[in-house]
Amino acid sequence: MSEKQDNPVTGRRSAKKGWLFLAATCVGYGLVFLLFPEFGRKGVARFGQMALELMPIFVLVFVFLWLTELFSGATAVLARLTGHGSGLRGWLVAIVAGVLSHGPIYPWYPLLRNMRDQGMRPALVAAFLYARSIKLPWLPLMAFYFGTAYMVVLTGWILVFSVLHGWLVERITDRWQ
Amino acid sequence: MPLTKEKLLTSVRKTFRMFLRLFPVLLGVMLISSLVIELIPTLIANGALGHGHFIDMLIADAIGSIAAAQPVISYLLAGELQKAGVDLYAVTTFIIAWVTVGFIPLPVEAMMLGWRFAAWRNLIAFIMAMIVAWLTVATLRV
Repeated sequence: MSEKQDNPVTGRRSAKKGWLFLAATCVGYGLVFLLFPEFGRKGVARFGQMALELMPIFVLVFVFLWLTELFSGATAVLARLTGHGSGLRGWLVAIVAGVLSHGPIYPWYPLLRNMRDQGMRPALVAAFLYARSIKLPWLPLMAFYFGTAYMVVLTGWILVFSVLHGWLVERITDRWQ
Repeated sequence: MPLTKEKLLTSVRKTFRMFLRLFPVLLGVMLISSLVIELIPTLIANGALGHGHFIDMLIADAIGSIAAAQPVISYLLAGELQKAGVDLYAVTTFIIAWVTVGFIPLPVEAMMLGWRFAAWRNLIAFIMAMIVAWLTVATLRV
């Protein structure tokens, strides 16, 4: 499967694949219902709850897609800041943006896709995604459960590994290109 | 470049087409997540953990990787795991994998960023979850 075929903007085949994926999931659900009806019912109830919770997120996904389409010039500037020659500044921008970004990941994918197409380094895309695991609003809760020292040490290691992760992902995906 | 009515309409149409392509994948991922979230407490209650440091870290990593929900849920579950006597290495691996690895949202990530990137990124994050957990606990014990 080539990367080009998976392009969500231009690839017609990816649209078919998406509906096939959904159809396969529905078939899987049917099987779960046949074999474990109670588990299937709980799953559907959870799905209903999740759908209600995620409805505003879907609106947000649409808005993000629209904004990145509309202001592709601005994303080009951001992409330059995180491009191949961006050096330390690029790493800082990606990691700080990752830590500050919040909410579900789905709205961020289109933006990252757009920026990568405009030159953002894959290493910095990966670093951004790894740094997103630091959830600033939830850190006090982590400290409450596991202690402040634990929270500080874990956050520190995640920051360090954001760089290592990004670097490694880029090295490996480049080699397999 | 000024924003004209025509440009706005074109971008909305283009976005709508793009969103339609993403929508079935998002829906499928949500359906799978709903089942998985129901499964996790059952796995833990049935004694999936408690088989030694490394095996527990590996299992915690796998369970955390298939989860796709708010990180706060991972803290609550991890807190319960610790109370139940599961060691801090596995608990920490579980917390890290929950937020850094996403096997369930993988189709969405792959659709947007490419399969090669998404698969390697998640695989590396899976391995790193155990390393970061080990380093965190080791640092705390110094």
